[in-house]
Amino acid sequence: MSQRHHEADDPHSLVLRLGADQPLVLESGASLAPFQIAYQTYGTLNAARTNAILICHALTGDQHVANVHPVTGKAGWWISMVGPGKPIDTERFFVICANVIGGCMGSSGPASTNPETGEAFATGFPVLTISDMVRAQARLVDHLGIETLLAVVGGSMGGMQVLAWASLFPDRVFAAMPIASAAKHSAQNIAFHEVGRQAVMADPDWRRGRYQEEGARPVKGLAVARMAAHITYLSEPALQRKFGRKLQDREAPTFSFDADFQVESYLRHQGISFVERFDANSYLYLTRAMDYFDLAADNGGSLGAAFRNTRTRFCLVSFTSDWLFPTADSRQIVHALNAAGASVSFVEIESDKGHDAFLLEEPNLFATTRGFLNAAATARGVSGEAA
Amino acid sequence: MSSDTLRSDYRLVSDMVRPGTRVLDVGCGDGELLAHLARDKQVDARGIEISRGGVAACVAKGLAVIQGDADTDLADYPDDCFDYVILSQTIQATRNPKTVLEQMLRIGRNAIVSFPNFGHWRIRTHLMFNGRMPVTENLPDSWYDTPNIHFCTIRDFVALADALQARIVRADALDAAGKPVGVKMPWWFWNMMGEQGIFWLARQRDRT
Repeated sequence: MSQRHHEADDPHSLVLRLGADQPLVLESGASLAPFQIAYQTYGTLNAARTNAILICHALTGDQHVANVHPVTGKAGWWISMVGPGKPIDTERFFVICANVIGGCMGSSGPASTNPETGEAFATGFPVLTISDMVRAQARLVDHLGIETLLAVVGGSMGGMQVLAWASLFPDRVFAAMPIASAAKHSAQNIAFHEVGRQAVMADPDWRRGRYQEEGARPVKGLAVARMAAHITYLSEPALQRKFGRKLQDREAPTFSFDADFQVESYLRHQGISFVERFDANSYLYLTRAMDYFDLAADNGGSLGAAFRNTRTRFCLVSFTSDWLFPTADSRQIVHALNAAGASVSFVEIESDKGHDAFLLEEPNLFATTRGFLNAAATARGVSGEAA
Repeated sequence: MSSDTLRSDYRLVSDMVRPGTRVLDVGCGDGELLAHLARDKQVDARGIEISRGGVAACVAKGLAVIQGDADTDLADYPDDCFDYVILSQTIQATRNPKTVLEQMLRIGRNAIVSFPNFGHWRIRTHLMFNGRMPVTENLPDSWYDTPNIHFCTIRDFVALADALQARIVRADALDAAGKPVGVKMPWWFWNMMGEQGIFWLARQRDRT
């Protein structure tokens, strides 16, 4: 069995396994049972169980926020944000991050083995939504004995989960921090996702999703999907600054379709390294879940209704050069929260790094996060240090 | 911070706010007034601030503050969602002061506005004797780079309040030292001696 398959069923993580008697009823009407949630925790839960922060990861993220990744050997994806003394301070807070269901790092998803057939679920896995991911996470939070989370924090698709958490479980979320996110996926974003999915499915090695059973892997299709998506995570100024028209290890163009330009080489590398750690079918399922996200539509067409009477305190962050989840998307949420009378802060951070800015060294993001979470902890009576 | 060390105009504004109410501070800066109101008056404190640094400072204080612009973003709030909407030392920097004040009186039952009085004698004499736009200690910018594009005098502001059919619940003028100018004095005296005006307005129809 491949490393991928192993990680999907038996991950290098804590795992919550829920049996056939505890099904997760999905938004589609389908039911998931048994299922499992792979997760990591950092820090210590205090005696009052008031210092837990749930981090929701983005499309291609996973639960390995602040530890070495078991597949790639690289540092956790938010190591600059989460850790001792970091803005999300693991000396003060108990931090939880779970792989989303539909993912491929140990939570149930299309790469998991279907116990009824002994084969991977592949496209037989039920189609998921952001709310389904959140309801699964709520099971984990139940299991950990936590009634109300001090905060739910996440960027991009993680931000969608934060919003869904605040809407579905308002009493279980003391503070919510959606970063570089939106209350619905735009037509343009759905369009980009469709390009990625079509690239995967056009790869002959996709085998109608049954590549695992047939000993193939649609690496070319998934790499192209990642290359296209990666462009949307950056900004034109960032690409210009980083690469411009510089050539890759050569003095002149080769008059071929080799990767003459540095930017081509970079994208190819992004594509190739992505397929090492990610499952193609998971990519289809998770992009689909984002496409379906529309919090206003889920609440009778009113985004304000999604947050009616909420007592959760919100802090939203956007980045000036993010054209995938632009500031206007965050502002729309702010307006709805204002209409609902919610406690809301919002800051647009100046950055030319595009959507990916939320994962990078952004001192203003760190300062805002630290300030918001510490203020929330103080308001909830969490002491300076974990018990 | 105790109210003793609070800026004198903030102290006056703070005196106008009833404890336990809902307050929006438009142009709240680093949140000094809001934090004071939240702590000493137990208000539900919200803010709008145009500068990112200001918003970050407010968020770090635990205040709910949105990065935004008084000219454009007040329209997004529903009617009557605040007891008080405060605009301190900001109205002269708005593009459309009349609309801003209208919006304040729509979303809040009370509006509290403080502003530098362009009718102050020092400014009048500066203009009269120098023939140039006044540059003073409190208004240090030259005409071409000042954010203050809509200066007014205390009497101008009273006229605007009248035009909006707002009721003046209370008005104060502060001198250069931040001391109130005699309360019994007529408008013309305030307009001459007040370095800043602080007005508490309410809607006519809310008269009790």
